[in-house]
Amino acid sequence: MTAAIRIEGLAKSFTLHNQGGVRLSVLAGFDLAVEPGECVALRGPSGIGKSTVLRCIYGNYRADGGRILVRHRGGTVDMAAAHPREILAVRSDTVGYVSQFLRVIPRVAAEDVVAEPLRNRGADPREARQAARGVLQSLNIPAALHRLAPATFSGGEQQRVNLARVFVADYPVLLLDEPTASLDRENRDAAIGLIREAVRRGTAIVGIFHDSEVRDAVATRTVPLSAAREAA
Amino acid sequence: MAEQGYNFAYLDEQTKRMIRRAILKAVAIPGYQVPFGSREMPLPFGWGTGGIQVTASIIGRDDTLKVIDQGADDTVNAVSIRKFFARTAGVETTERTEDATILQTRHRIPETRLGAGQILVYQVPIPEPLRWLEPREAETRKMHALEEYGVMHVRLYEDIARFGHIATSYDYPVRVNGRYLMRPSPIPKFDNPKMDRSPALQLFGAGREKRIYAIPPHTGVRSLDFDDHPFEVQKWEDVCALCGSGDSFLDEIVTDDRGGRMFVCSDTDYCGRRREAGHAGPTSRNGEADGA
Amino acid sequence: MSFDIWPGEVLGIVGESGSGKTTVLNCISARLEPTSGTVEYATRHDGPADIYRISEPARRLLMRTDWGFVHQNPQEGLRMEVSAGANIGERLMAVGARHYGNIRETATDWLDKVEMDTGRMDDLPLTFSGGMQQRLQIARNLVTAPRIVFMDEPTGNLDVSVQARLLDLLRGLVSDLGLAAVIVTHDLAVARLLSHRLLVMRRGEIVESGLTDQVLDDPQHPYSQLLVSSVLHP
Repeated sequence: MTAAIRIEGLAKSFTLHNQGGVRLSVLAGFDLAVEPGECVALRGPSGIGKSTVLRCIYGNYRADGGRILVRHRGGTVDMAAAHPREILAVRSDTVGYVSQFLRVIPRVAAEDVVAEPLRNRGADPREARQAARGVLQSLNIPAALHRLAPATFSGGEQQRVNLARVFVADYPVLLLDEPTASLDRENRDAAIGLIREAVRRGTAIVGIFHDSEVRDAVATRTVPLSAAREAA
Repeated sequence: MAEQGYNFAYLDEQTKRMIRRAILKAVAIPGYQVPFGSREMPLPFGWGTGGIQVTASIIGRDDTLKVIDQGADDTVNAVSIRKFFARTAGVETTERTEDATILQTRHRIPETRLGAGQILVYQVPIPEPLRWLEPREAETRKMHALEEYGVMHVRLYEDIARFGHIATSYDYPVRVNGRYLMRPSPIPKFDNPKMDRSPALQLFGAGREKRIYAIPPHTGVRSLDFDDHPFEVQKWEDVCALCGSGDSFLDEIVTDDRGGRMFVCSDTDYCGRRREAGHAGPTSRNGEADGA
Repeated sequence: MSFDIWPGEVLGIVGESGSGKTTVLNCISARLEPTSGTVEYATRHDGPADIYRISEPARRLLMRTDWGFVHQNPQEGLRMEVSAGANIGERLMAVGARHYGNIRETATDWLDKVEMDTGRMDDLPLTFSGGMQQRLQIARNLVTAPRIVFMDEPTGNLDVSVQARLLDLLRGLVSDLGLAAVIVTHDLAVARLLSHRLLVMRRGEIVESGLTDQVLDDPQHPYSQLLVSSVLHP
């Protein structure tokens, strides 16, 4: 297998037990293969399940059916069936995920938040922090903010901290969910630069980009999602 | 001659046998606290009822008894216990350490080195060394059984952290025969080395707490310490004002209300006999109380 | 119920009060013998051992060397009548440390690691704030380099502002030392931040288990869904 990600027959539905047991089928029989150096943009109206795909790949959502094969440390892991420990190992070494929201411990400095992926891999704290500052800088976060906790940052700054967290670690696979949604033009361009550079290095990316300018700038391929919804 | 109406040495023979069995067990397991059925004595607890019961159980008509309280033969507690046995057992009593076969003590070990055949009986208020850190009896017994004594050093650690040295000076904890942790009763730590490999039998009786323990003759007794803060005994800059002794345990005596004080031997027998032998301290030579 | 904890893994146990979280914690930490079933621990030298079948001395030794237990109320886990330094040094002395200077040096080290003022080493725990007492309790437990630490609502008694720093500290220590940990909490945010894997308990049973963020973001069981949807997100 050469694909960095291969999804076969992915199915995902949600049963809302506390709302009368309503069952929402979001994905059914979804297939996708992403090679290293590809940036695949998922397209479709909101609510169609784009974010669900990313979350299933990341192991954040539990797939109901199908396989999600991710190339990891020379082998493959099926994220739909892997043990939590394997999923964590994949997240540590292989797959980075950027959501629209930053979820961090309050009162931890931005540079430490960004350095964390490296620290989790056992990097020296000082070197990890150094690398973190570099990436924050390239995303136009001024040095004065590096030691502050991101909880006090603006939405755009928080989003850039989120981006810095994955770009610091040089993951072979990136999942980007609206990574530039709350960025102004200048910062959006900085983010685009980082994404394109990652693709050039051979990173496999699956992303959701509502901004067509960004999408055109980074995507090597677009995959439309169609409604799989069939209420049961 | 013993007073009529009492059994020999006050206790009934059945009780004595029970206590002797406890003593035998205590001797067999040095430092181990053996429970016993402590009896009501004609003294309140805290006045040496544990020591008295031990003494009463081992004393025979041929024994010679010495009783000291804080080293002195002439204090109330010592005098009353001595009289108690003189009346109930009719034994001879003495103040001379080397003449006694049984010595009952509260809070001191005589300066005169004890010899084989002598028995030193300690009065013990609280026998359990682990009590300060563990209030549950079942748990302290378990800690003894499993030799979990490391926490005892926490107390010594605190001493050093607060005072720069191990400030515990009385009832200083010891390990007996490399095994049981033991409280030597509130003797000054100055006396701790005297317990180590003593040729005399040492018996400890706690009346209120109903425990007996023992150090058989020639048993190793080691005071707890740290490698970098080894065990040390008290030292004085003064010598005994009366007999001039420089190697005995000294009591500080305030002689007036103007700050006058002097140091004298706590062991009255030892001090008196030194003076008889012609030794003299600064006070005796000058003939005035605050001459030192 | 059955579950495993792997070396270096942090397992969270969540559920409402009375669901049996603390009982599970006590059972697996040799503090409360289960009515039936076994708790096996991979000992350093002798392989897996049923902690209720090994000899009592061996079990007690494990409890004060290989294991740690962090109580919700630091006063239960600390010796309040002795100094901070003695609290940290106690476990060392319990396993035979007899050099005052070395014990003190190690205690200083640990005060530093839990971000406490080393100048307050000789102060009594009562003179510290709740958050500092909790740090002290953690240092006291970690000083013998345990392999697993059991924590019962470790941040439960603390102000929110103090909680965050303590959580960050705990997370750092656990990952730096490669500790396994079991953390009982009713606070899902704490569970999310600290644990890799989560057990959701209800009425004495595990109703759901899995990767922490999976359980919290995509809960399957009706009770887990209720639990997650009942939390306020500021």
